Amino acid sequence: MTDETHFDGNALGGLLDEVFGREMTDALACCATCESVHAIGAMLVYRGAGDVMRCPTCQNVVMVAVTIRDRARIFSAMRWLQPGPG
Amino acid sequence: MARTAILRRLTWTVGKVIARVDETARVRSLTIDVPGWTGHLPGQHLDVRLTAEDGYQAQRSYSIATPGDGSHVTITVERLDDGEASPYLTDVLVVGDQIELRGPIGGYFVWEPGRGGPLLLVAGGSGIAPLMAMLRSRVAAPSDVAVRLLCSWRSAADVIYADELDAIAATAEGVSITHTLTQSAPDGWTGRRGRYDRKALSQLAWPREQEPLTYVCGPTGFVEAVASVLVELGHDPGRILTERFGPTGG
Repeated sequence: MTDETHFDGNALGGLLDEVFGREMTDALACCATCESVHAIGAMLVYRGAGDVMRCPTCQNVVMVAVTIRDRARIFSAMRWLQPGPG
Repeated sequence: MARTAILRRLTWTVGKVIARVDETARVRSLTIDVPGWTGHLPGQHLDVRLTAEDGYQAQRSYSIATPGDGSHVTITVERLDDGEASPYLTDVLVVGDQIELRGPIGGYFVWEPGRGGPLLLVAGGSGIAPLMAMLRSRVAAPSDVAVRLLCSWRSAADVIYADELDAIAATAEGVSITHTLTQSAPDGWTGRRGRYDRKALSQLAWPREQEPLTYVCGPTGFVEAVASVLVELGHDPGRILTERFGPTGG
């Protein structure tokens, strides 16, 4: 992608820590579409009313994160690898 | 260690501003004392939460610019004139004020001397903040990791940590610091001008054969451009770590 509007997975470190109870930006995940493996910190993040995380290799959505009534919720389309959610 | 991490919960806490430094006309460094802070790694960030009188909340992430130092953390904030949070942090908050935050956060974009090098740090504007924590950590540690810091600024008036960077460049063994100005340069400027393009990075970055460990931080366009050129020059993408500030930076 050539646009300059995105952030990256580092920006979701606090939210993911809230959900999983530990640091997640260095966890590895495998994209469900192209099966490439990246650290969460290296994923691309587009911010709006919620956060959309995309695979940096194929650009497909790997996670959507939203905060509803002070509770963070995530929906993911990827396979967590080491060390993954514990 | 892993078990400690699992048991730890990231919770909001209240810190107190104990120092404020005007880095440039638009940039302030705020040192905050956070009771119970258990230390952090260079490159980590914290989340700040501001609450208006009507209950409206804004949350932002700021990189920590200093290595772990007991209960103290320093963030460096650039004022974005249309921003919700940064004008309050740069222009309203004073020493003695309280601020709500949580952290430390981040395990990907972190470096400590044990991770080795040689280290290439590339900063776009206030993207220097987490890289400064890494550089300060390297200078303070008994470490011989060689470091090249490449900073990109719009103009000479935008240089953050100018005196400290000059002092480190003059005294620290194995550390070189390069500044480039992309928009305007004053008379007598002896540093570089223009962007870190392919030609500049082929001269200034470590040769790929030395397998450098690279950290790039700044506005998204800057980070994408620098990382792409390094990959084109044959650097291992797995050793190029990036942190993007989004479209506007800061």
